[in-house]
Amino acid sequence: MNSPSRLPFYIAVFLLITAGISLAIWRHAELGIPWLTGEQHPVWMVEARVDFNGSNQPIVASLNVPEHPPGFRILTEQAASPGYGFSIIDKAGSRRAEWTKREVAGPQTLYFKAQFIPDPGAEQTPPAQPPKTRRLFWEEPQATAVREILAQAEARSSTPESMTRELIRLMQPDTRVQNTTLLVSEENYLQLLVNMLNHSGIPARTADGLKLEDARRRQQLTPFLQIYNGEKWLTLNPKTAAQGIPEDLLLWRQGSESLLDVVGGDNSEISFSILRQTIPALQLSAMQSDGNGLGFLSFYELPIEEQSMFRMLLLLPLGALVVAFMRIVIGIRTSGTFMPVLIAVAFVQTTLVPGLVAFLSVVAIGLAMRGYLSSLNLLLVSRISALIILVIFITAGLSIFGYQMGFNTGMTVTFFPMVIIAWTIERMSILWEEEGGQEVLVQGSGSLFVAICAYLLMSAPLAGHLTFNFPELHFSILGLILLMGQYTGYKLSELRRFTPMKVYD
Amino acid sequence: MDWISPRALNRLGMLNMNRRNVDYIARYNERSSYPLVDNKLKTKLAVAEYDVKTPKLLQVVKQQHEISRFREMAEGLAGFAIKPAKGSGGKGITVITGRDGDSFVKASGARVGASVLERHLTNILAGLYSLAGTPDVAIVEDLVESAPSLARYSHQGVPDIRIIVFQGYPVMAMLRLATTDSDGKANLHQGAVGVGLDLGTGKSLNAVQFNRPITLHPDTGLPLENIQIEAWDEMLEMASRCFEATGLGYMGVDLVVDAQHGPQLLELNARPGLAIQMANGRGLLPRLRAVERLKRPHFTPGERANYAMKNFASL
Repeated sequence: MNSPSRLPFYIAVFLLITAGISLAIWRHAELGIPWLTGEQHPVWMVEARVDFNGSNQPIVASLNVPEHPPGFRILTEQAASPGYGFSIIDKAGSRRAEWTKREVAGPQTLYFKAQFIPDPGAEQTPPAQPPKTRRLFWEEPQATAVREILAQAEARSSTPESMTRELIRLMQPDTRVQNTTLLVSEENYLQLLVNMLNHSGIPARTADGLKLEDARRRQQLTPFLQIYNGEKWLTLNPKTAAQGIPEDLLLWRQGSESLLDVVGGDNSEISFSILRQTIPALQLSAMQSDGNGLGFLSFYELPIEEQSMFRMLLLLPLGALVVAFMRIVIGIRTSGTFMPVLIAVAFVQTTLVPGLVAFLSVVAIGLAMRGYLSSLNLLLVSRISALIILVIFITAGLSIFGYQMGFNTGMTVTFFPMVIIAWTIERMSILWEEEGGQEVLVQGSGSLFVAICAYLLMSAPLAGHLTFNFPELHFSILGLILLMGQYTGYKLSELRRFTPMKVYD
Repeated sequence: MDWISPRALNRLGMLNMNRRNVDYIARYNERSSYPLVDNKLKTKLAVAEYDVKTPKLLQVVKQQHEISRFREMAEGLAGFAIKPAKGSGGKGITVITGRDGDSFVKASGARVGASVLERHLTNILAGLYSLAGTPDVAIVEDLVESAPSLARYSHQGVPDIRIIVFQGYPVMAMLRLATTDSDGKANLHQGAVGVGLDLGTGKSLNAVQFNRPITLHPDTGLPLENIQIEAWDEMLEMASRCFEATGLGYMGVDLVVDAQHGPQLLELNARPGLAIQMANGRGLLPRLRAVERLKRPHFTPGERANYAMKNFASL
């Protein structure tokens, strides 16, 4: 029976459904919006504390802050420092938090807090142009020692990485020879390493890392060595020559010369506190969606009030889907096509049992009053208007009565749409007069059944989560509803209705 | 719970609600033609040009102030029917069968004064019985006196004949008899008896009430087996003509047989129910598909009615 003209329709429906689902999958992958509610992600909260003594001078305290720490993404940053001017300054290759104040005296404490999300994929961006080596002038006899050690290391290596490893090994106390003892002292070891590497034509620099452990206070940074291998900066442990960054290590400083500069103060100190937090995956992706190209597809940027309204609105398609399914495929008769959805929406706010009780009592009282109205032979418009007013009286009465009796749930009656209830009562009443009480019972319980089904679906936390966070799934719902509009098969209820036809089969 | 399998329904060619709506009503019925059938006044005027007789129009009440003229008009009349033009399912129809002094006698035997009827007219104008509660007009028609051969089967109401007309071909027919359950109305879901009619001969096939097969009329106790509709071919042709008049591809045509004037059109229905299949014990689909398969449709209503009588009774 299908005429060929329906093919484009089915293709369009198929596209709608797949578009909705694939868009959702894509956003899940890109933005990390979780499929399920309540998913948690670990986040490291690092607090840098800067202490110094002011000496009645204008002060500038400048702290290097991470820019693109490998293995982590920065979620939030904030500074706590009353009375100080604060800004974050992006200079080439380094980001610095800068506090300023005109008159400072006595001990001062500044805080800088940042949240980091572990992200194995986060890599530092390679420098735009290869860094240059800084050649240093060495005095004799150091110059000879350096030359010899470097020659030794070079002979045993082939790449910048292996060269560095060999050099570190040569500089270790257990392998030290006379040459190295001459050069190395405990304080200058790392700087010496950097200088020697630079001397041999390998760009090298120092970096500071912070070992992330839960609930640690007064931590210090550990120095690391970084060399440039022609493509990117590599991080090495200056003692063990182990290459790479341990998973729990946050590179706080790289590429910039100093960690902390305080102008106009003395005795400056820095220490770190670390706390491991978990935040809902959803909140995380909401925070990250700012500025992300995909963020515009979500509701996170709307004001909270509108967000909560959309939360409700976006549930409606689910209700519509339930109604369509119940009416088209199951064949349940309801009074008023979408009355059940509106009732279900009210149930979402009142919760089921109190809502059901409230709804049934309002409708029952309304029906009784409508009986009197119908004997007055009023015109339709004024009858409905009178009914709306009566419904409001009933709800007000029930609320007050319930409240006095100590049931707060009585108040939930007000969530029901008054006009819809008035129309429901009107329809039921007409139905009663025309078709008898049985039909009222059939349609009334049908409506309630559909409303409860819709409510159960809409009030499921997962449903609310998916519809709000993956609004594109509504394309799929639309597709399903369109598809149902083409369903020409038997309804479930018709299998029963047509049962007497068995005799003729 | 008793069920019938969808496969059995398919074998029987039962048309179901969804398919009726999607494949027949939506496809063959122009939306713009709906007012023509939803409004009895428009129906009357439209079919008149195609020689389809309807009960004589006595008065149209369009405005509240015109109600005063109703009393003068009704003065000399014995029987008439007041109908809302946009009513459906027999709602708001008041049938007056006679006079008792100053008051009017309703079909049920109750006596009402003229003021009651006037209020009824007011209600109709306000849209009390119209489909969406929109303002309506009331029409006053001549009373249909059912032919006695059929009238005796029905309790109170006038028996009518529902014919499904598809693309101008009558495809299925049934006789509807009012019962006490249906309160004098001829609607099957309200409890009227549906008697399937052989399309070829106009003879009764079998009968159902509330979807259950019966053999005797529940009120009159008359057997429903050997009813023969008179002037059957004439009726089919008349139903067929309504296609030209309205352009509706799939509709229900409700006819009555008047004692004096013969077959008359009562109303048209753009969404005819499915219960007719139960009354006939046959599905509509084989016949509908036979019409859809026709390569050269017949052009005149007479030819179409003939074709239907010859071919569809056996499908």
